[in-house]
Amino acid sequence: MARTITYREAINEAIAQEMARDERVIVMGEDNVGGTGSPGEMDAWGGVLGVTKGLYGRFPDRVMDTPISESAFVGAAIGAATGGLRPVVELMFIDFMGVCFDQIFNQAAKFRYMFGGRAVTPVVIRTMWGAGLRAAAQHSQSLLPVFTHIPGLKVAAPSNPYDAKGLLIQAIRDDDPVIFAEHKMLYDTSGDVPEDSYALPFGEADVRREGDDVTIVAIGRMVGTALEAADELAGSGISAAVVDPRTTSPLDLDTILELVEDSGRLVVVDESNPRCSLASDIGAQVAQEAFGALRAPIQLVTGPHTPVPFADSLEDLFIPDASRVAAAVKTAVDWTK
Amino acid sequence: MDDRIQRVTMPKWGLSMTTGRIVEWFVEEGDIVGKGDDLVDIDTDKIAGTLESAAAGPLRKIVAQVDQELPIGATLALVAPAEVPDSEIEAAAAEALAELESLAQAAEAEPEPTFVSVGERSISYVTLGGGEATPVVLVHGYGGDKNSWLFVQQPLSEGRPVHALDLPGHGASTKDVGDGSLQFLVDTVLGFLDALGVERAHLVGHSLGGAVVAATARAAPERVASVTLLAPAGFGGTPNARYLRGFAAASSRRELKPLVGDLFADSALVTRQLVDDLLRYKRLDGVPEALAGLLPTLLTDDDRQAIDTRAILAEVEVPVRVVWGREDRILPMPDDGDIELVDGGHMLHMESANAVVAGLGKTLE
Amino acid sequence: MTGTLSSPTAQELTPDELLEAYRTMRTIRAFEERVHDEFAGGDIPGFVHLYAGEEASATGVCSHLDDRDAIASTHRGHGHCIAKGVEVKPMMAEIYGKLTGSCHGKGGSMHIADLSKGMLGANGIVGGGPPLICGRALASQKRGDGGVGVAFFGDGASNQGTTLESLNLATIWNLPAIFVAENNGYAEATSSSWSVATDDIADRAAAFGMPGVIVDGFDFFAVHEAAGEAVARARAGGGPTLIEVKFTRYYGHFEGDQQLYRADEVAHARENLDCLKRFRARVTADGQLDAAQLDRIDADVAALIEEAVAEAKAAPKPGADDLLTDVYVSY
Repeated sequence: MARTITYREAINEAIAQEMARDERVIVMGEDNVGGTGSPGEMDAWGGVLGVTKGLYGRFPDRVMDTPISESAFVGAAIGAATGGLRPVVELMFIDFMGVCFDQIFNQAAKFRYMFGGRAVTPVVIRTMWGAGLRAAAQHSQSLLPVFTHIPGLKVAAPSNPYDAKGLLIQAIRDDDPVIFAEHKMLYDTSGDVPEDSYALPFGEADVRREGDDVTIVAIGRMVGTALEAADELAGSGISAAVVDPRTTSPLDLDTILELVEDSGRLVVVDESNPRCSLASDIGAQVAQEAFGALRAPIQLVTGPHTPVPFADSLEDLFIPDASRVAAAVKTAVDWTK
Repeated sequence: MDDRIQRVTMPKWGLSMTTGRIVEWFVEEGDIVGKGDDLVDIDTDKIAGTLESAAAGPLRKIVAQVDQELPIGATLALVAPAEVPDSEIEAAAAEALAELESLAQAAEAEPEPTFVSVGERSISYVTLGGGEATPVVLVHGYGGDKNSWLFVQQPLSEGRPVHALDLPGHGASTKDVGDGSLQFLVDTVLGFLDALGVERAHLVGHSLGGAVVAATARAAPERVASVTLLAPAGFGGTPNARYLRGFAAASSRRELKPLVGDLFADSALVTRQLVDDLLRYKRLDGVPEALAGLLPTLLTDDDRQAIDTRAILAEVEVPVRVVWGREDRILPMPDDGDIELVDGGHMLHMESANAVVAGLGKTLE
Repeated sequence: MTGTLSSPTAQELTPDELLEAYRTMRTIRAFEERVHDEFAGGDIPGFVHLYAGEEASATGVCSHLDDRDAIASTHRGHGHCIAKGVEVKPMMAEIYGKLTGSCHGKGGSMHIADLSKGMLGANGIVGGGPPLICGRALASQKRGDGGVGVAFFGDGASNQGTTLESLNLATIWNLPAIFVAENNGYAEATSSSWSVATDDIADRAAAFGMPGVIVDGFDFFAVHEAAGEAVARARAGGGPTLIEVKFTRYYGHFEGDQQLYRADEVAHARENLDCLKRFRARVTADGQLDAAQLDRIDADVAALIEEAVAEAKAAPKPGADDLLTDVYVSY
């Protein structure tokens, strides 16, 4: 029963199971097959990191390569969604939203409201996010706050293989447009994943660790960083809860508030740039809703207000690590008026 | 090691348990312990439990300290008569420490669950033990699975195979439950025996599984050596419909957690991991439908017991034992009949595992 | 221009089809002229872009379409809506921002849509529609239902990357898509003769490996014929077509536009080129319809528009309860 697979395999399995279950599900993206029109083999790539590898062999009519033409094919996926298909389209790097953002935020996100509730746009935009791969400024951003900001979009950011499968299945079955953000540093991480299909509801945070002294909210890869910090802190007698919101839109603020009501301290860890980030958003909402419960200023641990740098020495400084998280926790725990 | 020294070891509570953490000792070095005495509280990622003593005599040495995380099989304490010299005890303690690494490796290499086809369905099960003695088959209850036998399966498996299966709609088995009837579940159990080539077995069923094994014994007495019913469905009394219907409907931790507390006499036994595991199960495709499909087999529309297990037992000719937890809040104990009582709630095989195992031991002899 | 009278499809349309085409064009004209007047009276909020003068394009294309087919429109979308079968009264109410509107007052003139009719929305983003139509065409292609997608866009959008990317995608996927470039001479206030690098927008078809045709946008029959060919090709799996429809819009870019950039081409067009006048002249000269039939349609349409405006004005506005609904199917 306990079967261990990688984050990458979990995503692939979710798509494959949904394609088998529902023939309206189609997959498209740059090199999602890999090899269309070329003299060599088809399914040469399965996407730039091999996430969709093998799907073409099983569903040759429903897995499509696209030209490097994000506005057209992301827009086509959105249009096809209004026409009864359930496209899973890959925007290779989240940074590339710059060339197709109109289709996402002015079209997909707005249809339902603009058209008075009469549109359904069940599109999933899978995209790779986050720093750590020495991929520099145009291939390493978070940008989740940008999507989270926009009404009409849902945003999922799984931190582990189990969540990746369940959240992606939910995303495909969901009738709203979903940005499914896969952290590029997690693809090779492993975890227990049931072979059966299952959908994880959006807007339900996962309390990954319980703790009384402080509540750490962390997103995506930062969940692992926060858990590492919590282990470290336990050695100093500090008991830290770690919460993974799993989806940033909708956001399960209730669970965060419940924990903060008990602990009185909040640390938010988000590798985004700091301004208008998930950290500042969650921090502000908790300050407004649970001010009376707070025993220390909310601590935000984020990347700096810079593009993501290339050199490993710099990128390692950019990404929050467990020692920064632990330091923020200690600041909160040690704080006195 | 001096064979008068008895070791108290880390138990294996469930398939996925590889280690346990010492929470609190209830005895001190020098105390005289008896069989069944509470020795130590142990925490696992699934559930916290109290280890009862299987040995009797002076507790000479506590090897495992509070907060230590130890592999299953690790020596926790040593019980030995006073005449065993201290030097022997110290030597045994040193030996115990030396074994830790190999035990940890062994704990990771446990038998994996496997699948067998029963009709069109795939049934997941795990077998512990082996040998010539008549096998035991463990049948879980509504919403449970093979792992619910975590405290029971290992102790029973000395000298005999003990199979724990997932009924259709449960665990890793096929989720389709057909018409959901008791007869369907009986056919599944008989089909499972056929598939494993088990001619005759002792059947142990919990809750709905209790009714299932009773009905199996009635349907095929030649295949059944004995039946043991733990808090079985269908004994009359008012079932906890709030729990049963709520469990079938719950789709979030908030809905599930308060319900799961009803399963135990001590709700504090419900860990986050236990609720998480239930939630993970409940979210598998087909599970809500399976639970909804089985519910009418348990419960009438006006929330009474839908099975009459006593009537079934009246036609059963093999040995029967019925065991109940005194504080069952799901299927309250009936106030008449030949029923053995143990401490604990509906999950008596978790809360009073030692008593349940001891009783089963007698049946199996 | 008189040459169009010999257009070969003239005899292929039945009298009922001709009456329907005329009714559609007249409805669009009457709708737009009334909105123009009402806007001047100060009753209509926001931005309004009128389609008057361009009726033959939407009507000529959409007369080939059915419920399988989808269209995407532009900020100048009222005509496309009416031609694709969207109800006139909810449209008018939408323009007034009323609860009874096509979009319950949440969309307005630039976002009127009716997906049940295959009308994927007027669109406030220049070049927003062509990628979406690739998707609708793809959906039909995958389902094998014979449906086509039609993207209407203007000369301004013909310079947008989204449009050019979509032309490329439609060809390499061999999509049942038709791209209708409605060149009314101006993108806002800028002349297409300056902003479009090629002589004609249709010239760009060659660059994307698809047929490109230019038609007189004041001539319903010319549009009808060109669109018929393109739709038939698309339905048969023959891939996309680019049709450039040339004409002049009768009003400014938006209502309130002083149109200082224009010469007097509108008066000339209204007098000599107008699609409704030419349609009437041709079908009555051919003896296919008589003038009285067309007059009755004019009267029916006038009454419908009168009612639509009266009902729209009387309808309630959406309230606070409506602010937060319809963002998601579920959240």
